[in-house]
Amino acid sequence: MTTDPPVRCHVVTGKGGTGKTTVAAALALALAAGGRHTLLVETEGRQGIAQLFDTPPLPYEERRVAVARGGGEVKALAIDLDEALLEYLELFYSMKRAGRALRRMGAIDFATTIAPGLRDVLLTGKIKEAVTRKVDGRRVYDAVVVDAPPTGRITRFLNVTDEVAGLARSGPIKAQSDGVMAVLRSPQTAVHLVTLLEEMPVQETADAIAELTATGLPVGSVLVNMATEPLLPAASLARAAEGRLTAAELAPALAAGGLPDDPAVAAGLAEEAVEHARRWQSQDALRGRVAELGRPVTELPLVTGPVDLGALQELASRLEVLR
Amino acid sequence: MSAGLELDAVVRDPATRIIVCCGAGGVGKTTTSAALGLAAAAAGRSVVVLTIDPARRLAQSLGLAELDNEPRRVETGGPGELHAMMLDMKRTFDDVVVAHSTPERAEQVLANPFYQALSSSFGGTQEYMAMEKLGQLRARDTWDLIIVDTPPSRSALDFLDAPDRLSRFLDGTMIRVLTAPARAGGRAGLRMVSAGFGLFSRVISKILGGQLLGDIATFIAALDSMFGGFRERATATYELLKQPGTAFLVVATPEPDALREASYFVDRLSAEGMPLAGLVLNRTHPPATTALSATRAEAAAEAVAEAGGKGAKLAAGALRVHADRMAQAAREQRLADRFARAHPDVAVRAVPAAAGDVHDLDDLAVMAAALTAADGDTGTGTPRSRILPARP
Repeated sequence: MTTDPPVRCHVVTGKGGTGKTTVAAALALALAAGGRHTLLVETEGRQGIAQLFDTPPLPYEERRVAVARGGGEVKALAIDLDEALLEYLELFYSMKRAGRALRRMGAIDFATTIAPGLRDVLLTGKIKEAVTRKVDGRRVYDAVVVDAPPTGRITRFLNVTDEVAGLARSGPIKAQSDGVMAVLRSPQTAVHLVTLLEEMPVQETADAIAELTATGLPVGSVLVNMATEPLLPAASLARAAEGRLTAAELAPALAAGGLPDDPAVAAGLAEEAVEHARRWQSQDALRGRVAELGRPVTELPLVTGPVDLGALQELASRLEVLR
Repeated sequence: MSAGLELDAVVRDPATRIIVCCGAGGVGKTTTSAALGLAAAAAGRSVVVLTIDPARRLAQSLGLAELDNEPRRVETGGPGELHAMMLDMKRTFDDVVVAHSTPERAEQVLANPFYQALSSSFGGTQEYMAMEKLGQLRARDTWDLIIVDTPPSRSALDFLDAPDRLSRFLDGTMIRVLTAPARAGGRAGLRMVSAGFGLFSRVISKILGGQLLGDIATFIAALDSMFGGFRERATATYELLKQPGTAFLVVATPEPDALREASYFVDRLSAEGMPLAGLVLNRTHPPATTALSATRAEAAAEAVAEAGGKGAKLAAGALRVHADRMAQAAREQRLADRFARAHPDVAVRAVPAAAGDVHDLDDLAVMAAALTAADGDTGTGTPRSRILPARP
């Protein structure tokens, strides 16, 4: 019996504001548990990873940012576009000096502005290199986790062959992008989508899954972030959401608990409970739509307070199912 | 401390001709714009709302099912008129190209792969085209109020910076290097830039293949004649934004990142001499009563649960909901206070979060009321500029 090769390249995307950087970081921690090595890659130059792990801004260099349970480690890399291009020029063409001269002229800015596909080829090329890197015949990283561009851009970002097709019909960059595509389309890659239980993020997730599937890119899990539990008893939720919860109904129990009789407080509590139930119900309704997406779903709880290493570990423990 | 923001006066004032809603992505700029449009139409004005990227159901409720780059009338039943449109960035760019060149030239540009990349994905094209569209709407003079929603960029400043970035790009060294031969029309120019150009072309053809360079050169040559027009229009619209008839409204949620963006933006507006109406603090969670603190509610929840009896679980749950709500409101008020200390002159309006998504005209009307009601007009006695009452 054969099993599928394990996923080694985890691409994490999501609508802006869904917390995809936090989820990517927690996933890198989860995958490093048990003495494994993971690389967390930042692609948008925001230094969000450095902020999360409370380290100085990351240089274009793989740096250890955290130690995982069981002695594993997470390294992080913020890809700097200029440096990646220089590295690329040196590696494939021994043209580092020419590259530096071009940078001084502003040619790199120019080229990546006028042809954004170039930028994506460089970024995904670096990711592919890390995924496939071997030293002495052994993989350097057990897994690579990518904090990728948002859902609206993810398919274009990963579909590099198409992106450069309009620009370069032959030549080395074409060959390079074909090599990247081979890794990204293979079963060792999974694109995970982070969403909230809100209308727009769920809709964008559905759109992104359709686009990724149509392009032949492997879709992984849907990760529902910032999920909350209802604070009211389950039996009362539906009734409360319909607004059929009154101050008069709460008053006896409140009095029994020793609260002074204050109609304004009871009315306020009833109003807030109704709103809470409605909010929870509209979130819960979206769970159905998330399930209809037909992908494995993992829920991550809302972190109240600052997202620190402890919070990341807590999220990571929920993500170990993705190993 | 900061004053309350009275938006009713702003939307009613006939002198207000443009309202620009700015802020970081995901704070509710589009719904704020649409709700203000509704309020202005209800006040009898003739309004057009230019939205950039509305949620699908909101767009449908505004009758924007199709993206056709033209304002459509929204039936509100009010005395005024509300039109709404969704920006089609590429189409707006195409229109500018067509308007500024000969038909053959335009055709050449529109077919060029580099133009297609630039017009659909250059970071800043959306902002630039929003400005362009605003200029067009203003020039038509059909509406007495234009409300602009700004693109969902990470930084609120992008809206102000992007047009300049595009101009600078079109004016940049590389563009000059590549167009110099055409501009100079002779050998002198060619010789002057040949060293740089030679290096550039060598690298490009080595990496991308030779055909690409030809595409770039054609594109640059074709666009060259339009640069002046682009820049002039962007500058004219930018100047329009400094006029007294414009009101900037900064939208933020009570979260550190969004308020930091709002802070940068407020500073920038004041540095540029642009007129700021105030801050909309969107999706706040004011409690329905403040007579019971979070700590006391927590303790009471335990006492109620222990006492037991009919309805004890429900009442304990309601007390926990309240404890959470008070804690959340306190966090939000702390962030708002921090902003207010840094910007004491900025008027604030807090808008409570709706229990569900805002996606039809009724929901928008609720938000419009929360935006435009008088500052002191609340049931709880807490002014609408705050989330919790000020401590005595």
